Amino acid sequence: MTPLAVSIAGGVASLALVLVVLDLIRRHHLRERYALLWLATGIVLCVLSLWRDGLNTIARWFGVRSYPPAVLFAVAILFIIAVLLHYSTVISRLSDQNVLLAQKLALLEQELHEQESPG
Amino acid sequence: MSRAPAVLSELRRVAIVPALNEEHTVPRVIAELRSFDPGLDIVVIDDGSTDRTADVAESLGAYVLRLPFNVGIGGAVQTGFRFAHERRYDIAVRVDGDGQHDPSQLGRVLEPVLAGRADIVIGSRFAADEGGYRSSRSRRVGIRILAAVVSRVVGQRVTDTTSGFQALNRRGIALFAADYPHDYPEVEATVMVFRHRLRLAEVAVSMRERGGGSSSITALHSIYYMVKVLLAIFVGLFRRNVVPQDESL
Repeated sequence: MTPLAVSIAGGVASLALVLVVLDLIRRHHLRERYALLWLATGIVLCVLSLWRDGLNTIARWFGVRSYPPAVLFAVAILFIIAVLLHYSTVISRLSDQNVLLAQKLALLEQELHEQESPG
Repeated sequence: MSRAPAVLSELRRVAIVPALNEEHTVPRVIAELRSFDPGLDIVVIDDGSTDRTADVAESLGAYVLRLPFNVGIGGAVQTGFRFAHERRYDIAVRVDGDGQHDPSQLGRVLEPVLAGRADIVIGSRFAADEGGYRSSRSRRVGIRILAAVVSRVVGQRVTDTTSGFQALNRRGIALFAADYPHDYPEVEATVMVFRHRLRLAEVAVSMRERGGGSSSITALHSIYYMVKVLLAIFVGLFRRNVVPQDESL
């Protein structure tokens, strides 16, 4: 069984994460599409923390005997990597779009300039 | 191809000149382009300069595309290709704003495009053993390695994959207007050209020392550059490509 303290701390922390994410969505500080991964992270961590036999069961599958809550960390890290990777793709797309906008702006400015001062 | 070579003066042609803080060299580049071909339109792309590059170029009668902030050489050059594509130029040449490309050699660079033998021509520093170009050892080695890799990938001998001294026809312009790599674009662009079944030719040119500004590739950057470009090349091989429609001269 997961130690009670670990279970409580993990549960509170992951529940807080879910609530913060939901609140950010409510305030329009976070778009739903980017929030989904965070919500999944929070919910999975919450389940793993509170379901005290579950953690041991999963730890046994992977042969982790000395300290089953380590599985909790592993899962958390996995999700964090997923979120970060997702952000990298978002940033890449944004910077592509940014360049495109700058190019269009420069082209439009030149056209405008030509219309204002013909010849 | 049995078609007679196109005559330069009958075509709509533009010189694409990317510039970043090059107010001292841009006037000379513009003057040299005009003395090579008075009918050549010139478009200077100011990639977020903090000096008077854009004003200087404009006062000399060039079209000036002012990017609102620095987007990097690839994005800057592509702006020029978009300009050429939108305004339906037949021919574009690309000459750097720092003066390292000598416009008097443009005749050689243009010849394969005008003759209909190539869609894109690259002026190579290494195609012949002409002197005049010196650069740091690490950079030379880097250029050689990239050239070897690219030659293998595309199955044609390419000696200088980092040269920005180029001439293109409509197909070349259309391709680069639609899709052009970022950061240090020439190597990836070379591979892209082959992937899209465009014909690439190299001609030997000599390049001058940079007239001003500083190289976008410093010694420390070289390794990052190599790794990044190699990654881009190999990933690019697994990309599906659309072969653009024939829109030749």
